[in-house]
Amino acid sequence: MTTSNPPVPVAPTAETGTPKRPRKLTKAEQRAIEAKTRLTSPWATGIALVMAFLWTVPTFGLLITSIRPQASIQNSGWWTWFTNPEFTLANYETVLTGSSTAFATYFVNTLVITIPAVVIPITIALLAAYAFSWIEFRGRDLLFVAVFALQIVPLQVTLIPLLTIYVDVGLAGSFWTVWLSHSIFALPLAIFMFHNFMKDIPRSLVEAARVDGAGHVRIFFRVLLPLLTPAIAAFTVFQFLWVWNDLLVALTFAGGTPNVAPLTVRLAELSGSRGQDWHLLSAGAFVALVVPVAIFLFGQRYFVRGLLAGGVKG
Amino acid sequence: MSGIKAPEQVDASSAGAKVSSSSTPISYTALAVGVFMILVFVGVVGLVVASFFNAVPEISWPSFLVDSNTTVKKLSLMVFVVALFIGVMALLLLLVDSRKRVPNWTVAITFVGPALAALLLGLIWPGISTIIQSFYGRSPWADSERSEFVGFDNFATLFTTPEFQVVLRNTLIWVIVVPLVAVALGLIYAVLIDRTRGEAFSKGLIFLPMAISLVGASIIWRFIYEYRSPARPQIGLANQLLVWVGLEPYQFLLNSPLNTLFLILVMIWIQTGFAMTIISAAIKAIPDDIIEAARLDGVSGMRMFRYVTIPSIRPALLVVWVTITMTTLKVFDIVRTMTGGNFQTSVVANEFYTQSFRQFNFGLGAALAVLLFVIVIPVVVYQVRQLRLSEEIR
Repeated sequence: MTTSNPPVPVAPTAETGTPKRPRKLTKAEQRAIEAKTRLTSPWATGIALVMAFLWTVPTFGLLITSIRPQASIQNSGWWTWFTNPEFTLANYETVLTGSSTAFATYFVNTLVITIPAVVIPITIALLAAYAFSWIEFRGRDLLFVAVFALQIVPLQVTLIPLLTIYVDVGLAGSFWTVWLSHSIFALPLAIFMFHNFMKDIPRSLVEAARVDGAGHVRIFFRVLLPLLTPAIAAFTVFQFLWVWNDLLVALTFAGGTPNVAPLTVRLAELSGSRGQDWHLLSAGAFVALVVPVAIFLFGQRYFVRGLLAGGVKG
Repeated sequence: MSGIKAPEQVDASSAGAKVSSSSTPISYTALAVGVFMILVFVGVVGLVVASFFNAVPEISWPSFLVDSNTTVKKLSLMVFVVALFIGVMALLLLLVDSRKRVPNWTVAITFVGPALAALLLGLIWPGISTIIQSFYGRSPWADSERSEFVGFDNFATLFTTPEFQVVLRNTLIWVIVVPLVAVALGLIYAVLIDRTRGEAFSKGLIFLPMAISLVGASIIWRFIYEYRSPARPQIGLANQLLVWVGLEPYQFLLNSPLNTLFLILVMIWIQTGFAMTIISAAIKAIPDDIIEAARLDGVSGMRMFRYVTIPSIRPALLVVWVTITMTTLKVFDIVRTMTGGNFQTSVVANEFYTQSFRQFNFGLGAALAVLLFVIVIPVVVYQVRQLRLSEEIR
């Protein structure tokens, strides 16, 4: 804590409660610091603008393409749209309901895959994380480190043996294969993240509930679960995006069955078989990405929190 | 202390907790749940063992469970599964929570058992099986009639065949270039927009590609790289730019070795947002005192960045670097969607898929998967050490 700054009297504010800072800086001081630390120059602003532009243009171009008539897409670049604006929903109609594309069916498949594949691992992981944080049993710490280390197992290693088991048990080509696989693959990361959040809950809270006569189950539901809502939200956004956008797992377990295959599989297939049909590909890509982008925009706060808590998966 | 503990208090976390409850009767329902969980666990182990001996019994499932061919059937199956799962879990918890004395192990196994069973079935056993397979030939090792033990031949093939050397070279390029450029761009952007007006919005623009599937991103970029012969109007932005500056259109995805770099660009486009987010949070966490002190010493601008910002966020940079490296190592969707691994762009993760599910060379596929695993192990060791360190500090 530096003491060299000039003593400025400050009125106590609501935010003064943060333990790190002995006092809140005045607005003038903050502004002074900002001015000195920021690389403020026209160049800096320019670079930031160029980057933001470059990062947005690719998606924007495809969006414009998806609302242009098929003939125009094939004969001129999407940038000509600004001088010659046209608008049609025909591409979306074809891609959603056309017999050769039928994205509506695959949309349902993706939805049916995603929801259980989010709910199941979160439930199991919450329980396990609780056990690792608050139930004492022999070998607990070793077990936790083992689960933590499993995060690193690449999915590729597990695919063929799992597929073999599914085929043997008679589940191949059903939603169960995808649900089970996604649930299992999510567990190490989910347990780790929830454990991190649970550790930060003050011991005294749990102890107090114990003194009041609450068992583990009641402590879990009454004390911990309400406090964990942000963590659960974070992982929900996370797992939702992961499952919705996944290609590898779906391709392996449900790739061959139109009754189960999700949007990503269909889209990748379309890109391979009809790679020049940009009116289908552009509209198809947007059908696939509208839900995750919406979830992402609504849950961005939680998503970022999840990332910061070490929620990264491959 | 133990005197005021409630009867069902069985946790040993505070000293002397176990003593008080010996007189209360044991809850038999809870005990039954514990035994049930053990049976489930034994069942999973049994399945794994059966799989080892290639003797898993086939079960004929009711058709509504495995064969949903209409939207209504699919949606109702989904609702049924979620309800069933939550119901079973709630029932188990309800039964294990009793006024009577509950043995500690029943609670522990009810909470942690499902996770361990799932991990055993879906990660540990398959991992072991794949490692075994990597020492066998084309056929599954459990197939005793056709399988043949080949030792390290698969790995030798990977490292000595020119075809696979290209794959390894490409993977190496990906793993070096993507983290380097993504972290650099993320850092620059995070610093440039730090505490500017509309910061959340500017972040969102860069961050949004993370919400798009890799397949979607691949299509977005394949459209940018789209090639038309010089006589026709270009519809891909990249080639139009070339035409505008007076150059010939270029086959971005066909010409090796540069095409790998154009695929890498897609991954950078996605990962920069991730790097930027973590780095930006780290920059905001630098204590004001430090910045203030540096400022009073007359440090500003680039020197502030070099001598204050960078050292303060070094741990965050490291985490981002490691994470992006691992994600990149396993990248599959981009290569598969954009080139299918043709034109010498394949990487290990894509080649794994090709060998396992297109060539049906299970030995080579397994060896590629194991290779991914082995490369990642040093990172595990490092991360576990970091975890231990952070626990110690606590």
